[in-house]
Amino acid sequence: MRTQRLMSLLALVLVALLFTGSPQRSTNAQVATETPNPFLSMGDLNKQLGLLKDKPLGDEKTPWLQMFKTDQMVNTTSFKKAAPWTLCFSNASVSNNWRVSGFGVMNADVDALKKAGKVKDFIVTDAGEKADKQISDIDDLLTRNCDLIIISPTSTEQLTPAVEKAAASGKPVVVFDRGVNTTKYTTFIHPIGGYAFGNVGADFLVKQLNGKGNILALRILPGVDVLETRWLAAKQIFDANKDIKVVGVEFDDNDPAKTKSIVTDYIQRVGQIDGVWMDAGEASVAVYEAFVDAGAKVPPITSEDVNGWLKIWNDKKLNSIAPTYPSFQWRTAIAAAEMILDGEPVPKEWILPQPSVTNDNVKDYVQKDLPDTYYVFSSGSTISGYLDSLRKK
Amino acid sequence: MSALLNSPAPQPDATSDADNITRIAGRFNLRSMGIYLVVLGMALCAALFVPGFATAGNIVNIFQRSVALGLVSIGQTFVIIGGSLDLSVATAISTIGVVSAIMMDNKTENMAVAVGAALLMGIAIGLVNGLIITRLKINAFIATLGTSLILQGILFSGFDNYAGKVPREFQSVAYGDLLGIPLGVYILMAVLIGAWVILRFTPFGYHLFAVGGNRETARLSGVRTDRVIILAHILSGLGAALAAIILIARLRSGGPRIGIGYDLDSIGAVVVGGSLLSGGRGSVFGTLAGVLVVSILANVFNFLNVSAFAQDVLRGVVLIVVVAVYSYRARR
Amino acid sequence: MSVIDTPYSAVEGSALAKARAAITRVPVIYAVLVVLLILIYWRTPAFFQMNSLVAFIRSAAPLIVVAIGQMFVLVSGEIDLSVGSLITVAAALAAKIIDSDSANIGTALLVVIVVAAGVALINAVVTTVFHVPSFATTLAMLLIAQGAISIVTNGAPQGGLTPEFRALGRNNFAETGIPNALLVTIAVVLGSLILLNFTTFGRRVYAVGGNAAAARLSGISVGRIKGACFLICSLCGALGSILLVGFSGMSSLNVGNGFEFQSISAAVLGGVALTGGRGSVFGATAGALALQLVFRLLNLLSLPLPFRLTVQGLIILGAVAVGSVRRSRS
Repeated sequence: MRTQRLMSLLALVLVALLFTGSPQRSTNAQVATETPNPFLSMGDLNKQLGLLKDKPLGDEKTPWLQMFKTDQMVNTTSFKKAAPWTLCFSNASVSNNWRVSGFGVMNADVDALKKAGKVKDFIVTDAGEKADKQISDIDDLLTRNCDLIIISPTSTEQLTPAVEKAAASGKPVVVFDRGVNTTKYTTFIHPIGGYAFGNVGADFLVKQLNGKGNILALRILPGVDVLETRWLAAKQIFDANKDIKVVGVEFDDNDPAKTKSIVTDYIQRVGQIDGVWMDAGEASVAVYEAFVDAGAKVPPITSEDVNGWLKIWNDKKLNSIAPTYPSFQWRTAIAAAEMILDGEPVPKEWILPQPSVTNDNVKDYVQKDLPDTYYVFSSGSTISGYLDSLRKK
Repeated sequence: MSALLNSPAPQPDATSDADNITRIAGRFNLRSMGIYLVVLGMALCAALFVPGFATAGNIVNIFQRSVALGLVSIGQTFVIIGGSLDLSVATAISTIGVVSAIMMDNKTENMAVAVGAALLMGIAIGLVNGLIITRLKINAFIATLGTSLILQGILFSGFDNYAGKVPREFQSVAYGDLLGIPLGVYILMAVLIGAWVILRFTPFGYHLFAVGGNRETARLSGVRTDRVIILAHILSGLGAALAAIILIARLRSGGPRIGIGYDLDSIGAVVVGGSLLSGGRGSVFGTLAGVLVVSILANVFNFLNVSAFAQDVLRGVVLIVVVAVYSYRARR
Repeated sequence: MSVIDTPYSAVEGSALAKARAAITRVPVIYAVLVVLLILIYWRTPAFFQMNSLVAFIRSAAPLIVVAIGQMFVLVSGEIDLSVGSLITVAAALAAKIIDSDSANIGTALLVVIVVAAGVALINAVVTTVFHVPSFATTLAMLLIAQGAISIVTNGAPQGGLTPEFRALGRNNFAETGIPNALLVTIAVVLGSLILLNFTTFGRRVYAVGGNAAAARLSGISVGRIKGACFLICSLCGALGSILLVGFSGMSSLNVGNGFEFQSISAAVLGGVALTGGRGSVFGATAGALALQLVFRLLNLLSLPLPFRLTVQGLIILGAVAVGSVRRSRS
């Protein structure tokens, strides 16, 4: 009886390990893989790196209205409609602080339009990061009296039919943040992209290290397209510098407790960590604390435009860079909606700049009396009264 | 949880046809009726107070929303009636979906094989769950939690991209319709009726209720409890597989997170539908009603522009209130 | 347990047989702990240096405290799935009230305790008065608490925690070099040991979990005992939350995610029965330590992510399976 059970247990262990082990295609950098990564598109990577060097049109003080030069403009005179409008928005979720920041400024802009009498209704659905639910949400919106539909897709391939369906209904469709695999929308708004994001951080680290040293890479999750591109761009740079050693690529779930434990373990195991590359910013403070608590020197750490990091960065005069995936794009969606319904032309692909916070300008961007979870590149400071409303909460 | 061992449910004793019929009719009990009244009540209120709710298109949307959750919840009903639980369905859906979508590889000739593979995987996962619970004598909660972790390991190990490619022809499973009703709904109804037949008319069905009611008593009266539990978990695995198939048809691709939430959501639907968590009593029609409650709420919340956060609170309140009413009436 | 299963050696009196019987009674979790510690030492002896152990205990303390709280509820025959959301609620409320000003710590603590008690009260009343299975009740509370705190903070944590507040989770006691987290954990373990093993209350918890009907017939107020256990669990959740955000800070409303499943796994690994009536404080503590050690070991071995997940699953299944095999023999 007992042997039978223990044999079953052993069988389970072997089977499980067998299935996990083969085929051996781990996304861990320690396991070299010959097959090309399907998330990698060299064409896109090069295009984005080119845009990083370009100068966008428009005023720097209103970055959400800037765009990179494009020939493809969409004629929207057929969509022109008298105000007040009903705007509809299918949101992927407000399940992380970046999205909350963006949604906040988006709502502030809509409120301003409501006061000006241009918008009468803002209908919002929330898919809770579930693609299937978002498809149903869009179906629901199509039965309402929307003058325009804004969509922030939970997933590229999976929301493509829904976006096509929305466009087929005759209403103008604004897609932002993540894209879809169709061009039937009216406009697609996004910043330069993930490759550029990853590149900026990696490039900074390599320069800080003078091309030599140990780097720890921290990623949130595997298999998410917008995060994979960030890592792939960084990996290109790290691979090209033979004296740069990536001592580990770990997944931290964006959880500070997990991150702190992982970094502490690496400090113990490896000893010398010269730089930390991260694909997002919320766990950066935990990384910093891990070094401090271990009594080790704090190396350069890449992050994002999240206020909590900016505060520590500024206070402790750290060495860092914060590439951004700016949340002011949420405002661009509303600006584009206004332009479309006013009959003004919009670019087919509206590419926004992707500014970074650097050691030099962090003191200008940090918001000492705002919550740590505020993303400063939501550009809330340019909306009158918005930051005060955040302080009052 | 001690109730698991202490509360006997009415024991089925199959003797004459007359007895069978009264028992079956008696099973169409007040619980199932009750939740359907709730569903109708909700629909009526919504139709009256929410403009735009009572249109053919919107009703179709509500049923469309219910297909995937309905399929996995029907599977979950089997294990819960048997006194067990399946927390691995969420990762099972993701893993099966990814494997199936990758197998399809945008080739119509692969579709049948991929669907077959999906069903086989569902059976295999259910089998493993059932064996772990019965042979290794591990509680279902921990067992399915453990297999969920292992499935995650398998999910993240084998694949470079998780999307695969579902051919357009296959998407008609999700987007096509017959007489105005989406194909997915027909599939759901077919599975529902099949499940009902299994529960009511097969020896396995009788035994499942017995095992869920009191496993020791069932064992002593000759029921092979291990096999019953294993079969129940296999059906749960099949439910997850069917849900995965529908989801990848709708989403046109797999993904490592497509199953997230379906574990607790399916248990919630089953419980709202009137099945007892301790086992021994339940109905798949009740589960469908539970799923409809969730879908109607989601649909109405969209109409009323209720914030995502408030939706969580309201879903929780509905869960407590409905189950409290059941429990209260059961005690009278 | 049938007579056939009783090992004859327990009937005989030989020293070897007695030794075998004694070893059988030692819960398997301790063997697992020893194995894990050996593996970690083999891989990274530096782990056992003082500052590394200190960092480890700070990261493990939250789960230990929450697992002990969960153990009370499990032993009484119920289950608490809401504790993860409660951790998030406690942390977010504390941050909002303290608002980067340590003068507010007192108010924050008061509010957190009241809210934890409130959640426990709802869990207890709905479960014992309305007879809703605790799985469903606490599942609903998970949703309600998460939704409510999201509404209050509008989706992103507000305010800020101060170094003084975080001292419990992050710093040492005075100049002694002993982490506060360790002292808190020891206090909770001792307190729970006494409560569970040396008081009438403790005896009653086991009685209620073992057979609620019999307990009621012998005059025990089942509702009050279960209610007290829910309260202990929620308070442990709040304390665990303070230790957790002390250790790693709070950056999002996901801070408590998964703690309900982890605490239940830890307790079950430590020998607590999900059906109620059986369990020990040391067992739950050992279970929580084991889970944390597994996580660290997998980091130190630098296994690819998929292996880590599978190994975690196998360890949980394996330890519980072996535990239940032994139980059925003794």
